[in-house]
Amino acid sequence: MIASLLAAAPALPLGEAGKYVAGAFVVFVAVLLIYFGIMAAKLQRMERELAELNAALEARARAGSGEPVASGEPR
Amino acid sequence: MKENGTRLRWPRGHLRHPMRPSMALLRKDLLLERRAPEAVPAMLLFTVTTFVLFHFGLGRDEVAGRLAAGVLLVTLLFAAILGINRLFVSEQEEGGFDGVLLAPIDRTALFVAKACALFLFLALVELVAVAAFSILLLGPSPWPALPGLILVLALLNVALAVVGTLVSALAIRTRARDLIVPIVALPMLVPALIAAARASAPLLAADGAGALPTKWLAVLALYDLVFGLLAYAVFDFLLED
Amino acid sequence: MHGKRLRVLSLATLAALTATFALVFFYAPLDADQGFIQKIFYVHVPVAIVTLIAYVVGGVFAALHLRTRDRAWDLRSYVVIHIAIIFNILGLVTGAIWAKASWGHWWVWDEPTLVSFLIVFLLFATYQPLRFSIEDPERQSRYASVFAIMAGAFVPLNFMAVRAATAYVHPRVLATSDGGMPSQMALTFVVAIVAMTLLFALMCTYEITSKSTSWQLRALRRRLLGDEAVAPLGRSAAPAVDGAGTGSAPARPRGTAEATS
Repeated sequence: MIASLLAAAPALPLGEAGKYVAGAFVVFVAVLLIYFGIMAAKLQRMERELAELNAALEARARAGSGEPVASGEPR
Repeated sequence: MKENGTRLRWPRGHLRHPMRPSMALLRKDLLLERRAPEAVPAMLLFTVTTFVLFHFGLGRDEVAGRLAAGVLLVTLLFAAILGINRLFVSEQEEGGFDGVLLAPIDRTALFVAKACALFLFLALVELVAVAAFSILLLGPSPWPALPGLILVLALLNVALAVVGTLVSALAIRTRARDLIVPIVALPMLVPALIAAARASAPLLAADGAGALPTKWLAVLALYDLVFGLLAYAVFDFLLED
Repeated sequence: MHGKRLRVLSLATLAALTATFALVFFYAPLDADQGFIQKIFYVHVPVAIVTLIAYVVGGVFAALHLRTRDRAWDLRSYVVIHIAIIFNILGLVTGAIWAKASWGHWWVWDEPTLVSFLIVFLLFATYQPLRFSIEDPERQSRYASVFAIMAGAFVPLNFMAVRAATAYVHPRVLATSDGGMPSQMALTFVVAIVAMTLLFALMCTYEITSKSTSWQLRALRRRLLGDEAVAPLGRSAAPAVDGAGTGSAPARPRGTAEATS
């Protein structure tokens, strides 16, 4: 598939010029990936916090619906 | 106050004249500087010292043309930063801002007063600085260049005054005030520097002063106009507390 | 609430970027003057255009903030300028690569766009330090807006001044051997600009969504676990976001005054 792509592409002077053009496009993609990577890290942190909040909510719901337990007494 | 019951009459124009508050504030600043001069002498010393630095840094006995314009203008720009850093210090430390807020005046009067003060300080500094520059570093004679140079410096001073006052007010209430001023003001002044340098380079040319390029004077005037109007419009918002 | 917009924007951006890359490499003809190197243009110039327009838009949003006192505008202004700074860096790097490829130096003063790009970057790089150095959120937004307005007006002035000052030693010619920009190049160019604009809008939406979500999480946490479970707000350059995803002053928990002084 790559071969057919390259065949269809205009003659790539993969000497000096090609390296720089490739470099520019690589930088472009790299910046995008870095940005989305940072975004992904933030999202992960948010998911973790959501899970924690959910767990807290569960615990509260359970404590509220179960029989009131005095501290120290086994259920 | 008259005792026989006639109506109190204020002198005509008292507090109604739009420039009164600005003039009062300006007079205060000029008085302060005259009694205890700190900004102007410091800027002057700094300028002359920088000329000496340039001599050794560039390794040249004299400069002309573009190099001369560059050395002179960049030095003036840095000296102006010194003045800009200190512009609102007295207001900040002694409640001048509150005074302006409480008084029944347009707050922009403070902007006008400070910009005029800065303009005058810079003019004073340039008076001596250009003379020092001519003696120390300038190759060709300054006299033929002088009228054009005065015009360029006047326009540049307006730019420095306007941008400097605004950035100074912006920075004075932040934590890192004298760090913020240079890094914000200097890039903003680049177009003014470009125009001033291109305008004055032919004046200081080695083979006799050339004509003053009016294109660059127009650019500088445009810069002054745009930033002057903007700063005037926006200054109010800095004083709201 | 941002979700649907995000999805649409993502798809549009992906389509536009793919189209751009395809056009650049398979459709646009080779430049007569610069050859293959000219292809960098299709990234560098649209990024530059979007950046400069974004800075001006940031200034406009800031003016709207001062006019309407609605903190939402400050949030938009902040995000637009923030992403524009990232694009600015990208533009500078691709510009440097192009300069190296064309003339052998990583930097050339002859290119007015590149030079004014650098100056604009130096100015806007102070935006976040300025915001960070003001602790009171209301004053931070106000001062930042004043800065953004001045800086936004500065961008076109600077561009004109630098352009007038730069000698055109290496005139940039976007043409094939017939001279003039052929329609294929023009089409690729336009698609590239559209793609970069969409990308910019996408990143802004990501930013706002992310901020809005984390502020909502914080509010939720406070409601569920009480004031003590919430970490005190440190100093921040970014404006706060209320539950609706617009900007507003956060209700600071009692303890922060000591924590941040």
